[in-house]
Amino acid sequence: MATLDYPLDRPIRRPREWSLSTLFYEWVATVDHKRLGIMYVMSSIVFLVVAGLMATVMRIQLAIPNNHFVAPDTFNRMFTMHGTTMVFLVGMPILAGFANYLVPLMIGTRDMAFPRLNAFGFWIFLFGGLLLYFSYLGGGGLSGAGTAPDVGWFAYSPLTGRAFSRGASTDYWILGILLTGVGSLASAINIIVTTLTMRCPGMTLARMPLFVWMMFLDSYLILVALPPLSACQIMLLADRFLGARFFDTQMGGSAVLWQHFFWFFGHPEVYILIFPGFACVSEIIPVFSRKPIFGRPAMVGAVVAIGFISLGVWAHHMFTVGMTSLSNTFFAASTLIIAIPTGIKLFNWIGTMWGGRIRLATPMLFCLGFLFQFLAAGLTGVMLGVASFDWQLSDSYFVVGHFHFVLVGALLFALFGGMYYWFPKVSGKCLNETLGKWHFWLFAIGFNVTFIPMHFAGFLGMPRRIYTYEAGRGWEIWNLISTIGVPIQIIATALFVANILWTYFKEKEVGDDPWDAWTLEWATTSPPPVYNFEAIPEVRSSRPLWDLKHPEDPDWKYER
Amino acid sequence: MTKRFRRLLALTLSPAILAGLEERRVGNIFQTVATPGDAVRQSAILVLSIAAGIFLVVATVAAYAIFRFRRRPGDDLTEPPQVYGSTQIEIAWTVIPLLIVFVLIGVTARVVAGVQDHPIPKDAIHATVVGHQWWWEIRYPDYGFTTANELHVPVSEKPGETPTVLRLQSMDVIHSFWVPQLAGKTDVIPNRENVMWIDPRETGIYFGNCAEYCGTQHAGMLLKVIVHQKAEFEAWVASQQQVAAEDASAAAGRATFESLACVNCHAIRDTPAQAGHTGRGKFGPDLTHVASRLTLASGVITNTPEHLREWIRDPQVAKPGNFMPAMQLTEQQIKDVAAYLETLK
Amino acid sequence: MATATLPPVQQLKQPDKGTVGIICLIMAESALFAIFVVAYLFYIGKSLNGPYPKDILEYPIWASICLLSSSATIVMAERALTRHRMGGFKIWWAITILLGAEFLRQTGIEWYRFIHNLHFTVGTNLFGTTFYMLVGLHASHVIVGLIFLLLVFGVTVSGFPIATQERRVKFLSWYWHFVDAVWIVVFTVVYVIGR
Ligand code: HEA
Ligand code: HEA
Ligand code: HEC
Ligand code: CUA
Ligand SMILES: [Cu+2]
Repeated sequence: MATLDYPLDRPIRRPREWSLSTLFYEWVATVDHKRLGIMYVMSSIVFLVVAGLMATVMRIQLAIPNNHFVAPDTFNRMFTMHGTTMVFLVGMPILAGFANYLVPLMIGTRDMAFPRLNAFGFWIFLFGGLLLYFSYLGGGGLSGAGTAPDVGWFAYSPLTGRAFSRGASTDYWILGILLTGVGSLASAINIIVTTLTMRCPGMTLARMPLFVWMMFLDSYLILVALPPLSACQIMLLADRFLGARFFDTQMGGSAVLWQHFFWFFGHPEVYILIFPGFACVSEIIPVFSRKPIFGRPAMVGAVVAIGFISLGVWAHHMFTVGMTSLSNTFFAASTLIIAIPTGIKLFNWIGTMWGGRIRLATPMLFCLGFLFQFLAAGLTGVMLGVASFDWQLSDSYFVVGHFHFVLVGALLFALFGGMYYWFPKVSGKCLNETLGKWHFWLFAIGFNVTFIPMHFAGFLGMPRRIYTYEAGRGWEIWNLISTIGVPIQIIATALFVANILWTYFKEKEVGDDPWDAWTLEWATTSPPPVYNFEAIPEVRSSRPLWDLKHPEDPDWKYER
Repeated sequence: MTKRFRRLLALTLSPAILAGLEERRVGNIFQTVATPGDAVRQSAILVLSIAAGIFLVVATVAAYAIFRFRRRPGDDLTEPPQVYGSTQIEIAWTVIPLLIVFVLIGVTARVVAGVQDHPIPKDAIHATVVGHQWWWEIRYPDYGFTTANELHVPVSEKPGETPTVLRLQSMDVIHSFWVPQLAGKTDVIPNRENVMWIDPRETGIYFGNCAEYCGTQHAGMLLKVIVHQKAEFEAWVASQQQVAAEDASAAAGRATFESLACVNCHAIRDTPAQAGHTGRGKFGPDLTHVASRLTLASGVITNTPEHLREWIRDPQVAKPGNFMPAMQLTEQQIKDVAAYLETLK
Repeated sequence: MATATLPPVQQLKQPDKGTVGIICLIMAESALFAIFVVAYLFYIGKSLNGPYPKDILEYPIWASICLLSSSATIVMAERALTRHRMGGFKIWWAITILLGAEFLRQTGIEWYRFIHNLHFTVGTNLFGTTFYMLVGLHASHVIVGLIFLLLVFGVTVSGFPIATQERRVKFLSWYWHFVDAVWIVVFTVVYVIGR
């Protein structure tokens, strides 16, 4: 179909006066990929704060042994909702948000392939998220307030069966996540189609920005990994409502089958979460080092490799269920092999900085934090991947340390970097640098203070998901330190929110291209008009704006 | 030996049995005292050192790059040389990690096979550990008695001398058996039996936890492994094989206990309250020798007369959410029943 | 600027949006089915009580013939559409719908026999669970397909120029082929391997 599909003719109601109907047209009826992108990111920041507050409650409870700050059930609901929210309502939508906003701009087109599907994806995600939270009110009626799900974010059967999970809380977990899954699938299909069919003239796949590459592969992973989650959730629903027996161990059902299905989704999911982080870093580091990304083809190859290998490692979450030594070794081997492409990425980022002229602005600082923390996190991952070591570490606080290092230390840092980097694109104003640096340093300190001690608690035998512990097991000091880090993180996060507000209302506009960058999103105004580009751009290399700014030494001379 | 004499022997021994056993509360995975744990520890130290080495090298290079190539205030604003990549370097940093990964895979394969495929010693002691929400049932099929929450095993002076084989089963949801100083964890899964073995070489009381989230009181599903000298272990077995004490002073309590619903969930061997075919007396821990245990309610409270009374008065105070209801006994009944249970050494 | 020396811009041949979209959808659906198929295979022979597959399953030959031949008839319909033979299109399309409906009717008959006569339900045993869920998931896809087929048929007979929507008709037929292909897998797994 030709250009008719672009909703160009759909007027976004100007003049910008405050009225219910403009609000409705701008924020509810919109199908503009940029609006939807912002909405995705904003709702996931809200969820981040909510889930972060839950984490705070958990940390207070665990600060000292035998604490009675919250009841056991409350705590169990907290970590379930915290984990579920962070994974499905923060990580997934924020990646959809970034991709929605940036992919069309970066490939030089005017919208996503299916704008209405895009809007549908967002609203169904939001509905799913709210449904999940509605369990706090609706799970057992208001009077029994707080019957949110308490089965953990991976909801192992048979704990989720009718016999052990009465009431409706688990149903809220299933349905809420099932719906957000539909949303993620919609946005993944959209991203794939957009990248494959709507690139501007000259933008071959080889010239596509790494950000787009990674979002593309991310969407592919969503496409193959998310339906299995939906499938096993459907089975669980059937168990709970139709009396089916998939996970009924009394009837010969298998408790381990759920684990296989869940982790067949769950492991790719963690890469689904980290790819957007890789994507941001791969754009920011070159620009702030003033050099093109080192080893572009290797970078793309590495993500492709990760995308494929990650489908064959799921059982490393199950080293303790009693698989044969052969399976354990196989899954350990496939897990460890992922270290190689991941290493390649890390080394290429360092290679990009090498010989550059590194500008240590806030976006770059977050990326550097990412580099070191991801390195550490990956190496703890490797320890978990060594099956025998994992027998000790699995389900201990070491694992909690590992995955917060990847999810917070790497992903969240990269996303913060991305937000600082693209905020001027979205608003025309650079986030305040001083506040930004404070945000970075406080968050880095708070993060490390919180999550490094967890590894030691794990070494000393502290299991995860316990609402309290007795004194004298050697865990007190590590938990206390860990809790002390949280207020520092809270101050840092609050500074970030404050920075956004401050900048939005007080800072001056900085022009279209404040970072002197090279990819197409900076070739239009900041913020971009609804139709993105007045004329569809044409590109001759992977850094079109570099070519424009350096006609004496353009990239296309060196690229085939 | 007459029944009576055996009981006398056991009674005189039992206080001594637990005295002098060191409490090993800290489950440091680097201070293991049994063969499976040792194997893991050795590989773990190797992997840790490799990881630390990689971290130091890569982090140093990265830090150096940042420091060396940072933009300084006086710098001109020209762009640095544009380098696109280098195949040689790319190959180098693919191959070196590849070699390291091979080493790691080799180590893993060896340790995994070494622990998992280790032949189970023939003359081992057998125990069946059954996970319940939120306590452990421990059966010694060869000795014919059942206890709870505290696993007693003999020490192995030489590796593998008197190992104990554990058959892990679950009555409800997934649990995981983890005593860090002895071995890695093994999941306890319904409709499936996992087997592991331990051969602790030092006596002591080792602390562990249920390591798979199993519901409300997952945190209160603690675990102890009590490692005895061989003679003491045998004495302990002998004392456990005894039937319940018949202490005249506790007759009132015993009558009360047997007349109440307690017996629906708890068994006391060789009394009217023994376990029945219909599942009677199997829902809660076997109480035949409850007074000989160090703790109550899966390690949540120490086993003192006072705690026992409080537990019977309202179990939901010490362990909120656990499956024993408050039985609404009168104070007198509580006193009697507790006194009776106290005699079950 | 040295515009004159710029190399020409490479014009890209990019695939059609709808084509990529429908392929993505089919990939996702395949992943969904794959899990149900694996669950079925995993539980073969693990039921604790009867009835077992060999006791009650009968080869749904007629139903399979209907469904598979509907793949051929929808191709005929498409071909008629590209040649603008609207009469042929309507007939072939209607036959496709009838074949699909007959397949569903057969499934209904089978299920009626199981549930009503034999009291064999989704909760009877693991076989029941996996059988109804896998076959039911497939049947639900047939139903969705039928709804769309009927929609197209409805608008066509009421005069809508369906020839302008050739592309969308093609995607619908791809989906229908996919549903057929899944049936081959389901048939093999449930009625051949599972017995
Ligand atoms: C963003 C998410 C993310 C990422 C990227 C990773 C990355 C990795 N993870 Fe992690 N992981 C999680 C999120 C993530 N993980 C989560 C959420 C859980 C817990 C789920 C739950 O139970 O709730 C988990 C749990 C988890 C387990 C299960 C633990 C258990 O419960 O028993 C394992 C085991 O193998 C593991 C391994 C790995 C490995 C090997 C990598 C590798 O990809 C890391 C590769 C990177 C490097 C190795 C560093 C860079 C490489 C070099 C410098 C090259 C040189 C290095 C070598 C030669 C070794 N992870
Ligand atoms: C993206 C994923 C993500 C992120 C970002 C985090 C962030 C944090 N997590 Fe979370 N966590 C998970 C994913 C994540 N976590 C997962 C998957 C689990 C497993 C769940 C399970 O076992 O089922 C888990 C489990 C988990 C546990 C283990 C629970 C247990 O096993 O018993 C703990 C314990 O400390 C914890 C703590 C924290 C803390 C302190 C943070 C902090 O970094 C949070 C910091 C953020 C804030 C503190 C935001 C608050 C901000 C403000 C209040 C300022 C607001 C100001 C204004 C609006 C002006 N997490
Ligand atoms: C509905 C079943 C049920 C009834 C009735 C019941 N109990 Fe219990 N009891 C349990 C369960 C389950 C536990 C284990 C609790 C845990 O640790 O989570 C337990 C634990 C105990 C313990 C601690 C045992 C140990 O070794 O840790 C004692 C003592 C006890 N019960 C005594 C009694 C007495 C006395 C009565 C009657 C007045 C009684 N119980 C009635 C289910 C029951
Ligand atoms: Cu049992 Cu956790
Ligand atoms: Cu994983």
